[in-house]
Amino acid sequence: MIKVESLSKSFGPKLAVNDISFTVERGEVLGFLGPNGAGKSTTMRMITGFIPPTAGQITVGGFDIVNDPLPAKRLIGYLPENAPAYTDMTVEGFLSFCAELRGLRRDARAKAVNNAVEMCFLESVRYQSVDTLSKGYRHRTCFAQAILHDPEVLVMDEPTDGLDPNQKHEVRALIRRMGEQKAIIFSTHILEEVEAACSRAIIIDRGQIVANGTPRELMAKSEMAGTVLIVTRGVPGSQVVERLSGLPNARKTSIVTEEKGRVCARVYPKSAGQNGELATQVFAAASGWKVEEIRADEGRLEDVFRAITLPDTTKETAK
Amino acid sequence: MNSCANIKTIAKRELCAYFGSPVAYVFIVIFLLLTGFFTFYFGGFFERGQASLGGPFFTWHPWFYLFLVPAVGMRLWAEERRVGTLELLLTMPVTAWQAIVGKFLASWIFLALALLLTFPVIITVNYLGSPDNGVILTAYLGSLLMAGAYLAISCMTSAMTRNQVVSFIVSVVICLVLLLCGFAPVLKFVNETMDKPWLANLVASFSVMTHYVSFSNGVLDSRDVIFFLSVIGFSLFTTGVILRSHRSG
Repeated sequence: MIKVESLSKSFGPKLAVNDISFTVERGEVLGFLGPNGAGKSTTMRMITGFIPPTAGQITVGGFDIVNDPLPAKRLIGYLPENAPAYTDMTVEGFLSFCAELRGLRRDARAKAVNNAVEMCFLESVRYQSVDTLSKGYRHRTCFAQAILHDPEVLVMDEPTDGLDPNQKHEVRALIRRMGEQKAIIFSTHILEEVEAACSRAIIIDRGQIVANGTPRELMAKSEMAGTVLIVTRGVPGSQVVERLSGLPNARKTSIVTEEKGRVCARVYPKSAGQNGELATQVFAAASGWKVEEIRADEGRLEDVFRAITLPDTTKETAK
Repeated sequence: MNSCANIKTIAKRELCAYFGSPVAYVFIVIFLLLTGFFTFYFGGFFERGQASLGGPFFTWHPWFYLFLVPAVGMRLWAEERRVGTLELLLTMPVTAWQAIVGKFLASWIFLALALLLTFPVIITVNYLGSPDNGVILTAYLGSLLMAGAYLAISCMTSAMTRNQVVSFIVSVVICLVLLLCGFAPVLKFVNETMDKPWLANLVASFSVMTHYVSFSNGVLDSRDVIFFLSVIGFSLFTTGVILRSHRSG
């Protein structure tokens, strides 16, 4: 549905987006990750046709967003950053206006507005003016605007920004549910969101894609991925390290903490994808010890995110 | 047909926005008070002993509009940019020119409405004597066209900035220049210092004043209509260019 090919955008001398390419198919939810100023919003603005790219091509549903913008824009529902809405209108009025611009008339419009109000839990503020709404409601009003016309493509810039935990949960569930029939791109800072809602994630840093894969694939890039954590009591640390390092599948073992006879150690695998085996071996080797906990780690997205984007950011500040 | 529907939708929203805020009422009240006061007091409506509106009523319009029209037009784009709804509007299946025309038309309709509410003055003059209503109608048309030209200029300055005050001041200055270059004392000054009549004529031909005066005298000249329409067209086109250049970064 969405195809982005060697897309670049420069603002004056500053290159905000540098030659990125990716595709999103129907039924996919793509999470867009990256530090602040990485080019996430700029990319989304280009996909939705708000700003023209400096170089490269974007097609949405087969329509080029630059040369054939109207049919492409009809397919897209867009939630911009900070969820803007006309403050002088009521929620109902605002949604009706958007529905009308989407080409929905009379009954179809009323039905679409009803539907969106219901889906975004806006019933209680329906006839209230937008500038009297709290941030969460305002945000959901703009969200409602994006899904009003049941678009095939949804582009959302930080859809859960400013929502309370319950609302966040609700929005994630909504995204996941809609993702079954639509092509969705959303950006976020919150990594758990990616695990909760995305079928694929892209990490973008300083305008370039630095990682692209399913959340699980990305997690596997973590140093922690495939390691086995063991907590024992009454065995000296050196003995734990010695015995576990000797395991056939172990690369190395390190002590995480050791206090009052309680040893927490982490065993690193020789190569990825043998999680089960290493755990079995650790479990066998630990026979006779008093084991409090033994656990295989999947790796954490946060570690990957930091490992990929942090060195560059530090370099930047050092300059 | 689709573009007409879009323009209509945008214009409707914009008009509702005027009447949803105090701007509309304040504007109309001030406009009517000013026109009434100037017509009957400074204009010497009664002292003239003439059943016409050209002198006492229409003379003042270029000066009222100078401040009032930029006040109406300043928010058109500046507000959209400040709140961020511009992003929303331009990612809808709407072309930029539909949005520009829609917003412009809404404000123009609003100004037309304010102008229409001056109707008691027509009733008064018709009650007191028998004026040439054709002249009055032509003058109203001229006034409306001039308001449109000012408005299009405010639209353009509004697109330049996200600050309404800046937009207001810049458009007042531009309108003032367009006004003064047809103002008799200024033309006299140009004539005396340069001593080139063609230059004075050239300067005068760019002025809204020159073109408006013939309307208020009851002369409907296609050149004057074309002048106002081309100011509107040019300003709205420039608005489009400015909006596009902002987005291209």
